[in-house]
Amino acid sequence: MTHGYPKFTEFVGAATWKFLCDCADILAFTGELFAAACEAVRHPKKIRWRETLYYMDMCGSDAVPITLMICFLMGLILGFQGAVQMHKYGGDVYLAPLVGASIVKELGPLMVAIIATGRAGSSFAAEIGTMKVSEEIDAMMTMGFVPSRFLVIPKMIAMILVLPMLTAMGDAVGIIGGMLVANIKLGIPFEAYYNMTLWGVKPFYFFEGLTKSAVYAFIIASIGCMRGFEARTDAMGVGRAATSAVVTSIFLIAVADALLAFIFSSINES
Amino acid sequence: MREIVAEVKNLKAGYGNRVILENINFQVFKGEIFMILGGSGCGKSTLLKHMIGLYKPMSGDVIINGKSIVNTDGAGKREIMRSFGVTYQGGALFKSLTLTENISLPLEEYTGYPKDVIEKIAERKLELVGLDGFGDYMPSEISGGMAKRAGIARAMALDPELLFFDEPSAGLDPISSAKLDELILNLRNKTGTTMLIVTHELDSIFSVADRVIVLDRESKGIIASGKPAELLHESPNPFVREFLSRSDMKRKV
Ligand SMILES: Nc1ncnc2c1ncn2[C@@H]1O[C@H](COP(=O)(O)OP(=O)(O)OP(=O)(O)O)[C@@H](O)[C@H]1O
Ligand SMILES: [Mg+2]
Repeated sequence: MTHGYPKFTEFVGAATWKFLCDCADILAFTGELFAAACEAVRHPKKIRWRETLYYMDMCGSDAVPITLMICFLMGLILGFQGAVQMHKYGGDVYLAPLVGASIVKELGPLMVAIIATGRAGSSFAAEIGTMKVSEEIDAMMTMGFVPSRFLVIPKMIAMILVLPMLTAMGDAVGIIGGMLVANIKLGIPFEAYYNMTLWGVKPFYFFEGLTKSAVYAFIIASIGCMRGFEARTDAMGVGRAATSAVVTSIFLIAVADALLAFIFSSINES
Repeated sequence: MREIVAEVKNLKAGYGNRVILENINFQVFKGEIFMILGGSGCGKSTLLKHMIGLYKPMSGDVIINGKSIVNTDGAGKREIMRSFGVTYQGGALFKSLTLTENISLPLEEYTGYPKDVIEKIAERKLELVGLDGFGDYMPSEISGGMAKRAGIARAMALDPELLFFDEPSAGLDPISSAKLDELILNLRNKTGTTMLIVTHELDSIFSVADRVIVLDRESKGIIASGKPAELLHESPNPFVREFLSRSDMKRKV
């Protein structure tokens, strides 16, 4: 048993099995969520709007400073790296479309989603995990409630409304970051940079970016909540749930990004 | 023949492959205070959680008010769950809501009464457990004993005819725990509510319980059942006599 090969196969087998089980769980949870969402659409009065507003505040307005800061820096960095390369080949004028399109289509939604995963996704998992430990979830069930209606739907709605807004703001400051670098490093006037951005960044790119960010919002909220519900009720359970929420969300965001990039590029070409 | 409110039939329960309880059979009659006793880790909470439908048993059945909670799912199961109240070990109050909101929640969901009526009811329930004036407090601002009492108030919000308690007096000082026993007894006498109480608090057995069952970890089942006073003298099981006589002694000191 202790020889290298069987142990390795065993390990790979166990890991694969665990991964497949996890996929099945995610699928089941998504189904449950979908049922709860349909219920919510049919009876909008039963949605917990007060909680929804609370989470919009928590995931939205509270996250504005850090989001703007990081997106601005990202614009600066991208502008700087782009300026060095573009200048080598005499492509200075194309810096604006490069920075603009990359941020609006890819990096804006992605960075905002990663920040939201760290801030909101982990706190969703911790919150629900703690409620599980203190038997609040049990209490909800024995009161005849469907816990996801109280705990998941408000977070989901809040995230899906708020994340695209954050992304739009992040896009704007990111472009400004690129503009600053272009002006300082390559001496491109602000107006020229602005015009080149308008020329290079199509409205469709915005649509693509915001759609992505809505999808990421769905992933972050559902995985955060799911990991919370799965949390073990011992001392380490809640911490592990939060960590796992972040790791799984970022992984799924990367997968979704690849799929969406593919889908959008084929739509755009046709 | 007295009316049966809850019945456990041939219950076999556990976690994973590990069996904790088997061959559990008992009935709870209307209006009585029924206690489940036993040493730590013998499966008292496990039994309770199976009775209220949070876990599925390996085999056997639990009947609440004539309906099987084991073989019902979805909306039907929620309907059965709504018909009884449960108070949890730590109160399990919703931390983001005030005490009044905690108690109002089931009322808002299920009754359709206007807001002021619901608030009145919540106030009355808080009064009943001696927490009048604390309605606007958050659960984090009250003590453990108060949280437990608030949990009882919430469990009674819809005036259920059956209440489950998990270790109502664990972790309370002797005076608070005696007060809690008094409260439980009073409630039963005033409202006729059937109560099923899981406890390892010896003090309350003789003063509160009408009937008890004693669980044992080794035999994974019930080793004694009946009226506490009868068991004290007549139980064939020496462990049970010992267990109960300690509590009896404590009471007389
Ligand atoms: N969720 C769970 N998963 C696996 N095993 C569990 C779980 N909950 C309890 N157990 C096991 O079941 C046994 C009975 O636990 P239970 O909580 O029912 O005991 P108890 O009689 O309520 O004890 P106490 O008086 O300490 O509360 C214990 O050995 C425990 O290890
Ligand atoms: Mg217990």
